[in-house]
Amino acid sequence: MNVYGRTPLDLGAMRIARGQVFLIPRRCKGCKICIAFCPQQVLRESDAVNAVGYHLPEVVPGKENSCVHCAFCTMVCPEFAIFTLEVAA
Amino acid sequence: MTRRTVLTGTHFMHGDHACAEGAIAAGCRFFGGYPITPSTEIAERLARRMPEVGGVFIQMEDELGSIASILGASAAGARAMTATSGPGLSLMLENFGLGVMMELPIVLVNIQRGSPSTGLPTLPGQADVMQAKWGSHGDYEIIAYAPSSPQEMFDLTVLAFNMADRYRVPVVLLADEVIGHMVERVVIPPAEAIEHWPRKKPDESPNGPLPIFRPDPEDLVPPLAHAGAGYRVHFSGLTHNEYGFPAMSPDTHHQLVSRLVEKIQRAGPDISRCESYGLDDAEIVVVAFGCTARSARQAVDLARREGIRAGLLRLISLWPFPDHLFSEGVGRAEAFVVAEMNLGQVRREVTRVVSQPVIGVHHAGGAMIQPAAILNAVQEVAHGGRAAR
Amino acid sequence: MAVAQLVESHPLDPLIRAGRMPHIWCPGCGIGIVMRCFATAILDSGIPQEKHVVVSGIGCTGRVAGYMELDSYHTTHGRALPFATGLKLAQPDLSVTVFSGDGDLVAIGGNHLIHAARRNIDLTVICVNNFNYGMTGGQAGPTTPFGSRATTAPYGNPELPFNLPFLLAASGAAFVSRWTSLHVRQVIRDIGLAFKKPGFAFVEVLSPCPVGYGKSNHLDEGLDEMNLYREHCVLYDETVPFDALGIDLSQNRPIYVGKIVDRDLPPFQPVRLESET
Repeated sequence: MNVYGRTPLDLGAMRIARGQVFLIPRRCKGCKICIAFCPQQVLRESDAVNAVGYHLPEVVPGKENSCVHCAFCTMVCPEFAIFTLEVAA
Repeated sequence: MTRRTVLTGTHFMHGDHACAEGAIAAGCRFFGGYPITPSTEIAERLARRMPEVGGVFIQMEDELGSIASILGASAAGARAMTATSGPGLSLMLENFGLGVMMELPIVLVNIQRGSPSTGLPTLPGQADVMQAKWGSHGDYEIIAYAPSSPQEMFDLTVLAFNMADRYRVPVVLLADEVIGHMVERVVIPPAEAIEHWPRKKPDESPNGPLPIFRPDPEDLVPPLAHAGAGYRVHFSGLTHNEYGFPAMSPDTHHQLVSRLVEKIQRAGPDISRCESYGLDDAEIVVVAFGCTARSARQAVDLARREGIRAGLLRLISLWPFPDHLFSEGVGRAEAFVVAEMNLGQVRREVTRVVSQPVIGVHHAGGAMIQPAAILNAVQEVAHGGRAAR
Repeated sequence: MAVAQLVESHPLDPLIRAGRMPHIWCPGCGIGIVMRCFATAILDSGIPQEKHVVVSGIGCTGRVAGYMELDSYHTTHGRALPFATGLKLAQPDLSVTVFSGDGDLVAIGGNHLIHAARRNIDLTVICVNNFNYGMTGGQAGPTTPFGSRATTAPYGNPELPFNLPFLLAASGAAFVSRWTSLHVRQVIRDIGLAFKKPGFAFVEVLSPCPVGYGKSNHLDEGLDEMNLYREHCVLYDETVPFDALGIDLSQNRPIYVGKIVDRDLPPFQPVRLESET
């Protein structure tokens, strides 16, 4: 990932945020907008369904550490059903 | 010149202006209106007076905007009024129902003119009586008062605000162009003598969801929480539960609509106003309201001079219709003569309530019914025993 | 992190009537996104929740009033603006937002819209534009693009739609911006700017309506329309003339988004005289 012409002086100080995904299953309506717009492709549609039959998103196996807490899913979910919180590195 | 709030004193005052002064004396501080003959003078007077008393005058783009704006102002805690005539009230009817459903107090002045449609803009009519009660869709009850003089334009406007606030309901002032445009003696009392009935407030301070549509079992009136008071209320025109949220089941609907109707019907005697003239021994009772009552009074005097025992029941409150007035006192009358500047709207109500013959003296509008016409009808009843039409 | 953690509540729940969730809007509908932006903007505004009021009209977007934990008024079709006008003028300290849909604000409410803008009443107006009347099943409305299908335009809409930013700019609004429900950061920011703007601030937010507009126009899911926004949206700049801001989906015209009008005009003030008593 380190493709720099010159090495930035503060490279060691830069820290990529890490996030934890939280879901509220009863609110999800399976619109897949969060899945489609996650820049790290952390999410996919699961086989699990909530009580009204919508497929919830789930973290793609292997991507458990890929969430960078950009919070786009949080912002773009119409249902207040998914959000991320930052986790300590 | 000193600009006062309450113009205490004796005046020779225009009816529409007296209404405007009544509003200001009652504490009205928001007027949202639209010009329409013959009510325009109310707007013009308030355009001048509202800035003097620290109130808001806004001329809205149409009548629909006018009634919406006064509902909003009322929701924010202000005593709010609009003034219009028949065509304007027709435009306001949808939001009139919103006022009923949201139980928001407003005063709506209708200076009736010749109707239907554009009709006679500059001439009187009294044909909007049923519209005031039934104009909006659905079952509901409202309060309506009919002034017969500029003095009553003042007094009944004050009463209208008080009743609106007490019962959380739109109140209509059903005047007519004669009363609105005539100039007569108006005595305005000192400010301290003018009552302001307060709106019922929530008991508790804001702390979680408040059932703002849960009525007091005694009077069926719920407390009113204003915008910005911290209660985070929800008001909707949809059928709602006690918290204001949409709850659209048949049972909730029946309960809610029935309560809104019962709230006013139950208070009938408290709301009712009338004037009795010569009714103690009257055999023929003339029923009239508004400007027609002035002719009716003269007709009754003339009848008495001829030895006919006539009397006048002047209706001041038209809605809820004062059924109880007809079972008391005047229940002994032999016949009723209803005089009105429409083709039978109040006559219909009287016929519903009494079993005696009811004779109508009607004119579709445009000029006051002459005393002679009413006297004629009284004479026919007295001498010819005319049957009810 | 591990797998997604299942919880019962959301950080924004204090701003919404969480007990009434899930809301009634369809899967993929963008109204919830705009409502979320509104809630975030309220948090960021520094104005206490008690001082915010939301007034809505009839339609899917009108239901927002019932889901926000604020003093909220769900009024009649098209009349949210004059209701909000009266409310704001009676209590000028309140931050009053009118949150309603394209049909409610622009068709039946059109007259009130242009007059409120003309007067420059200090209100924030969020207009969710989903190109149709959604609540009643997907009829054509004043913002339905030319040629698009709708239940009352089965052969394609024969009418040209309003160019809302142009209309509002011409009517005298102090602040006009347009985004889509994809541009969530900008929507939050512009709602915040609208709160602070003295005068009439209008934020148009395009939103998917998969069961209404979408179903008639090959946009089966909300996601499809979000992708359409991603493809067609171009950032507005001052070189774009106002009359190019109309939306035409039949040809590959760009949908311009951005802050279009931000000017200083005196907001409406009721006349006041000094009293002498």
